[in-house]
Amino acid sequence: MLSYFKGYRLQAFLAPLFKLSEALLELLVPLVVADIIDRGVADHDTRYILWRAALLVGIAVVGFGFAVTAQWFSAKTAVGYSAKLKSALFGTVMGLSYRQMDEVGVSRMLTRMGSDAMQVQNGINMFLRLLLRSPFVVFGALVMALIVDPGTAWLLAVVIPVLSVIVAGVIVGCLPRYRSVQQNLDEVTRLASENLSGARVVRAFAGEEEEKRKFDRQNRLLMFTQKVAGHIGALLNPLTYLVVNGGIIALLWVGGLRVDHGELTQGQTVAIYNYMATILVELVKLANLILTVTRAVASARRISEVLAVEPDQTFGTATQGVESPFAIRYEGVSLRYSEGAADAVSDVSFEVMRGETVGIVGSTGSGKTSLLSLLPRFYDPTEGKVLLDGLDVKEYDKETLRRKVHVVGQQAVVFADTVRGNLLWGNPAASDEELWQALRIAQAEDVVLAKGGLDAFLEEGGRNLSGGQRQRLSIARALVGKPSVLILDDSSSALDNATDKALREAIKEGTDCTLLIISQRSTGVKGADKILVLDDGLAVGWGTHDELLSSCAVYREIYQATGGVR
Amino acid sequence: MKGTLRFLGRYIAKVKLPLALGVLTTLVSVGLTLYTPVLFGRAIDEMVGVGQVDFGVIATLSWQTAVMIAVNVLCQWVSGVCFNNLTFRITKDMRVDMMAKLMRLPLSYLDTHRQGETLGRITSDVETVADGLLMGFSQLVSGVATILATLVFMFVINWLIALAVVVLTPLSLFVARFIARRIHSGFARQAETRAKQTGYVNEMFTHQKTVGAYLGEARAAKEFEEINGEWEKVATKAVFYSSLTNPSTRLVNAIVYAAVAALGALSVTGTLSLAEGLTVGGMSIMLSYANQYTKPFNEISGVITELQNAFVCCDRVRELLDAAEETDEPNATRLVSPRGDIDVKDVSFAYDPHRPLIEHLDLRVKAGERVAIVGPTGCGKTTLINLLMRFYDVDKGEIDVDGKDIRTLTRPSLRYHYGMVLQETWIRHATVADNIAIGKPDATREEIEQAAKEVYADSFIRRLPQGYDTVIEDDGSLSVGQKQLLCIARVMLIKPPMLILDEATSSIDTRTEIKIQKAFGTLMQGKTSFVVAHRLQTVMDADVILVMKDGHVVETGTHDALMAQRGFYFTLFNSGLN
Repeated sequence: MLSYFKGYRLQAFLAPLFKLSEALLELLVPLVVADIIDRGVADHDTRYILWRAALLVGIAVVGFGFAVTAQWFSAKTAVGYSAKLKSALFGTVMGLSYRQMDEVGVSRMLTRMGSDAMQVQNGINMFLRLLLRSPFVVFGALVMALIVDPGTAWLLAVVIPVLSVIVAGVIVGCLPRYRSVQQNLDEVTRLASENLSGARVVRAFAGEEEEKRKFDRQNRLLMFTQKVAGHIGALLNPLTYLVVNGGIIALLWVGGLRVDHGELTQGQTVAIYNYMATILVELVKLANLILTVTRAVASARRISEVLAVEPDQTFGTATQGVESPFAIRYEGVSLRYSEGAADAVSDVSFEVMRGETVGIVGSTGSGKTSLLSLLPRFYDPTEGKVLLDGLDVKEYDKETLRRKVHVVGQQAVVFADTVRGNLLWGNPAASDEELWQALRIAQAEDVVLAKGGLDAFLEEGGRNLSGGQRQRLSIARALVGKPSVLILDDSSSALDNATDKALREAIKEGTDCTLLIISQRSTGVKGADKILVLDDGLAVGWGTHDELLSSCAVYREIYQATGGVR
Repeated sequence: MKGTLRFLGRYIAKVKLPLALGVLTTLVSVGLTLYTPVLFGRAIDEMVGVGQVDFGVIATLSWQTAVMIAVNVLCQWVSGVCFNNLTFRITKDMRVDMMAKLMRLPLSYLDTHRQGETLGRITSDVETVADGLLMGFSQLVSGVATILATLVFMFVINWLIALAVVVLTPLSLFVARFIARRIHSGFARQAETRAKQTGYVNEMFTHQKTVGAYLGEARAAKEFEEINGEWEKVATKAVFYSSLTNPSTRLVNAIVYAAVAALGALSVTGTLSLAEGLTVGGMSIMLSYANQYTKPFNEISGVITELQNAFVCCDRVRELLDAAEETDEPNATRLVSPRGDIDVKDVSFAYDPHRPLIEHLDLRVKAGERVAIVGPTGCGKTTLINLLMRFYDVDKGEIDVDGKDIRTLTRPSLRYHYGMVLQETWIRHATVADNIAIGKPDATREEIEQAAKEVYADSFIRRLPQGYDTVIEDDGSLSVGQKQLLCIARVMLIKPPMLILDEATSSIDTRTEIKIQKAFGTLMQGKTSFVVAHRLQTVMDADVILVMKDGHVVETGTHDALMAQRGFYFTLFNSGLN
């Protein structure tokens, strides 16, 4: 975590240094006041008094200069650090594999980026500003008291450790509770975000009251944990006050005895009393600093957990395939999403020649998407091998593999960006001409023209588009990358039959990619060179439409269900 | 500002008791904190020299201070607890109100505001308001009390010096005001860029998998870097300005302190004859009080920073809570067990006034009829659904249910009688059973399982690790088709008199779809239903087929009649089959 200070090390070093200089200047003030009393007042020297008062103002102005400099460095460091941390976090999250993303969850990552990063920033800011000041003043007061009279100053030496134990105790008591506050806050965030995305459904089921109740319940839980943590934290100030003032009462007795025995003067007692008071003031500041820093550390720990996530996939180095008659070859492939779960895909083998179109059909949940997600290595097979252009997909470097294989998923994704910005995800270097060509193949040219061209702005989630328009744009995005394998995962389901057909024909004519089409209906794959039929993760049929009609019962059923009446 | 205060007042009114107790204990604590040193001073005065220490007086004073300290400690903790309670309570109330508000906002609000930004208002903005309030309330009260009490003490000792201090006070206030103004604009800009950042991060994290599939990590990182850099610049300034208050007030303090030192010394020497009789001891008390007096200004200006920030965020919270709601007509009636006659009369509607969508649409549906809406993508099918369920209101014309204009009905009662299944599935992070029971939270397990069976979802649910009690995660664990089955089971559970299926089965395989269609068939018996579909085979047996194109109904009739017309429907139908 320290590496994010890079580029701010000097500032991080200078900020407390300037702060320390300011504190040192402040320690001069009592000396000047003593001069005013001892010389100015004693000698009735008005000039001297005014000059010394001016010196006090001078010290204040210089101190102000130091302080402002310190604050600037500390603001710069804290914000700079948090910006770097956010960048690193963003990069890590974006680089997580599908499996890892399933595990960590979007809403939790959003909290890490939001309030956790904020806590860390505040912690650093406070830390830099008070790092040298508070301990220096506390320690300095103890040293001064010892110089004045070790016989009474031992009281301070007792009070300081007791205070430290109290501070430590409160912090230890607070820490786990702050953690559960954060967990409850995560949950509140998740509920709120869920209701934002599901507003239509909630209303359609008139479920508003129930949703409000749920949200209310979770917020009550959050409030409860916040209160518990807060009440423990609220003990800090009263307890430290109690100890210090208890110490002062003890000082009255010890000091009184020593004065009575002639070992201490009244003035020295006052001095030690003052140091005790100083320690209280600074310790309270220090305790608050520690609380802020503790919260920051808790947040930092949560962030570093994410940053420490190691890539769970290693990629090879191959940038091109080897001589092979097959574009794609599955050899006895099985996939389980987690230990103990049933196979999503079970011992599937098949081969696809270059330039062929292969259809994958099967019921909902039969493993079609899982099977093909192994090709671009969104997931890795539990058993078996997947070969692309004669080479195990694990041999390729990530860039090569993901450029070769593009997937258009079931849910069309549209970013809040221009049409061009959306399409360029497929290939950042594509020219406008290439974009239009991809749009034409994806039957989306008229959609884009109607919206106002490549620079038309698409709203978040493509809200200003219909479902079919979103799907066509997603397909265009994949085509922009000119992949050698294109997987259409039921991605034309919102298109009417005419458009769907035109789309498939255009892909055949306009590109030379190997096409894998996942479909629910047999019409979507009827014209394919080969069709793979899946049932419950098992391959139950492999062949052309006509072959399967005679040989595969499951396929026949699907075909008849699709209204294969004519 | 005034509006914001009035807004906060509504919430504070609910926590009067802890507020009063908190203020009271704070005041007691401040008084005792200021008075305890006086007793200590008296005790020290008893230690004159060797053999002259009066331990009897010290003992009495020790007892008195011990009691005062005990009371003070209790008061300090109680005030802390009170302010915690009221702050967290206000936070909770605000969040709950915001959620309730979201439920009442028209969908057009949600459709036109970024989700991440709205989310930010509910989470981080409310938190900032709370932090500001927690610090604000407790420190403002104790700060002001300390200042006033110290002033009283000073006037008692020496009125001239006290007066000088009072005269210098505006300097502090002026500095504080100056900084506060800069901070306000700094924080407003910071909140703005932060919202932008949150929005972007939200979108990217949500679509992380897609970005990964397109190797877009580098591009996303670059775009984020831009936003992050902008935020860094703005935030550094905001944080810096906010941290200026402490040194600035300390500077003012020091000037006041120097003035007291000079005036005090001159009074002691008699150069200033106006206020006589000040001793060196009196002067040192004045000096320490001068410190006491100016210290709270530090805190108060710190509070002002927090409050500034809190006010900015509070405005954003208020903006959401003040947004225009979709209110039912004042004399709107509840729709009770409707037959399901639906009459669309000369309806026109457009999301964007410059781009008319539906124009002069007329449609009459008798109870129990099945209406299919077909047409090319983007022709206004989904919009019609939005109007039927009053997610949006018509611009012109009216829609009647059982002869009643739906604008005279309460929205929840209207919507409750529609069963809706959309193409896009929405599954919440909850158990399968809870997901099915969303429209009927008190449904028994038998009812839920029955509904699941009727839509052929039972078998896959049973295969999940914990069956009906399996918690469904954000994404991943279920296929789109399986999610859709759950959505359909929801409707099956409540069996409403009117149905809307907006391409509901588009992501379900046809084998299952046939079964579901059968189930829907049972469900739809005697019920009015609207089916939006692109697979024309599935709507052939509808009572009326509505063929839409560019917002207009171009043809209506049964399948056979439309085929005989050899018009647009005919073309659509044939293109779909070859």
